[in-house]
Amino acid sequence: MKTASPFRELETDVPRVRVRFAGKDLMLRDGGNLAAELLAAGVLSFRQTPVSGAERGPFCMMGACFDCLVEIDGVTRQACMSEVTAGMDIGMPGTEGDVDA
Amino acid sequence: MLEADLLVLGAGPAGMAAARTAADAGLSVLLLDEQARPGGQIYRDVGNVPEDRAQILGSDYTKGRVLAEALDHPMIRHLTGTTIWQIEAGPRVSFTRDGAASSAKAKRLLIATGALERPMPVPGWTLPGVMTAGAAQILLKQSGLMCERAVLAGSGPLLYLIAAQMCRAGTPPLALVETQTFADRQAALRHLTGALRGWRLVAKGLGLLAEIRKAGVPRYTGASAIAIEGKVQAETISFTSGGKRHNLECATVLLHHGVVPNTQAARSIDVPHHWNEVQQCFVPEKDGWGRTQLPDVFIAGDGAGIGGATAAQLQGRLAALEIACDLGKTTPADRDRNAAPLKRQMETELAARPFIDKAYPAFREALLPADDTIVCRCEEVTAGDIRRYAGLGCLGPNQTKAFGRPGMGPCQGRYCGLTVTNLLADESRRSQDDTGYYRIRPPLKPVTLGELAAMTDLETDEQEPVT
Repeated sequence: MKTASPFRELETDVPRVRVRFAGKDLMLRDGGNLAAELLAAGVLSFRQTPVSGAERGPFCMMGACFDCLVEIDGVTRQACMSEVTAGMDIGMPGTEGDVDA
Repeated sequence: MLEADLLVLGAGPAGMAAARTAADAGLSVLLLDEQARPGGQIYRDVGNVPEDRAQILGSDYTKGRVLAEALDHPMIRHLTGTTIWQIEAGPRVSFTRDGAASSAKAKRLLIATGALERPMPVPGWTLPGVMTAGAAQILLKQSGLMCERAVLAGSGPLLYLIAAQMCRAGTPPLALVETQTFADRQAALRHLTGALRGWRLVAKGLGLLAEIRKAGVPRYTGASAIAIEGKVQAETISFTSGGKRHNLECATVLLHHGVVPNTQAARSIDVPHHWNEVQQCFVPEKDGWGRTQLPDVFIAGDGAGIGGATAAQLQGRLAALEIACDLGKTTPADRDRNAAPLKRQMETELAARPFIDKAYPAFREALLPADDTIVCRCEEVTAGDIRRYAGLGCLGPNQTKAFGRPGMGPCQGRYCGLTVTNLLADESRRSQDDTGYYRIRPPLKPVTLGELAAMTDLETDEQEPVT
């Protein structure tokens, strides 16, 4: 699945692997930065805040803001500090009653 | 436990330069960094960037390759993908790597954790699609990703750099919304002599502006009342410039009004800091070598005060020379001889700084945001909330936590600390120094129980460090 993304990839001929994000299959660059690859695939909202439920996405891309938190195989992680691997199952914190973010 | 003569935190320009200088002096160096490859944020992934990206990024970026390559030295052990979560006396650090906790100690510690984007709280800055300008740079450096239909808002040379890079990549920004005013430019002219001594930097800036103009990117200056709107994600940015209200449709908003020292690591071990009025941030107290008031702890690079990548590198080298002398590897005479050219270079490097700081000051409305603007992104606490706490008698940033949890979310105050201090200082008519800052405690970054349970001794399963 490829959604329209406001980001353009300079190199498109790259090996991709299948991952699941919020129940949808995505083809992301193997070994790429998870936050960047999700943005490239058109995913802008990564989670909902525990306070108001507002949607959030990457803000600083350097591991400082914690806005790009996702749940990778059940563990809350910073997407911008994670690498894409085949078969990753990624959930959006806040959407399934998660309150620990 | 891993041991070395020198522990360096952060593999950006300061950390990389310090590691090599120390290794050359005969010290064993353990360099710990969060990223998978050396470079820090300014030289992120510089060692393996494809040629097309290198062209877009320019030579100021690719010159970082030399520093990254210099880490290949028998006395340097570079641990990548390493998240530090505790620093203690010793000096000793605890960290997580490959899903397991571990620790290391050394005779000296050099903190080279660099800078963060100065928080720019404006209405709508928490919407998906709003990022820091630095984030856009990282997307380009590491992932070859360009923001299409982006508006850049704020002030400072980094905005021009990224705008020029976007033009080179064929995806020019829709507009530059610049907050600096004509009065700022007039004030900066008083520092023209310094700017002329640091002419290289100024010439670089003019070159970038020429590229932006050639690409036909509209520039709005003296912008105020900036607000970003959108239902779920950023859709428009509105602002006042030239006496008119503007409303631009866009997909991405990139914010930037300077960078500030990342003080988390130093504060966690009680290194004293003081307020720098010109740069509007806290800086650690240190001597000319970067030594803090804790005699075995040094700080170099933007984390010690904003000076840019070249100054950071020079500071890293100076700190390493002093540490080598401290540990008896060189004589004070040799140290001084090696330091002299570095210090001269540093003076030239910093000469244009007062001009830049005055010409592109922080955006006032974002230093003291309007009441309904969120300042703590994690706990969604507004500027009005902070003012209300002050009115109720709240004395300082640490007490605000009891009132409404600002600074207690996952980012641990990294993106609200300065704003909360500023708001409280303004409300109580006290200085930022008197108002103080959040107390930073370990863990500096989250660590899971599983990672703690998997605590390993890295020395046993990897190469022995050279001592």
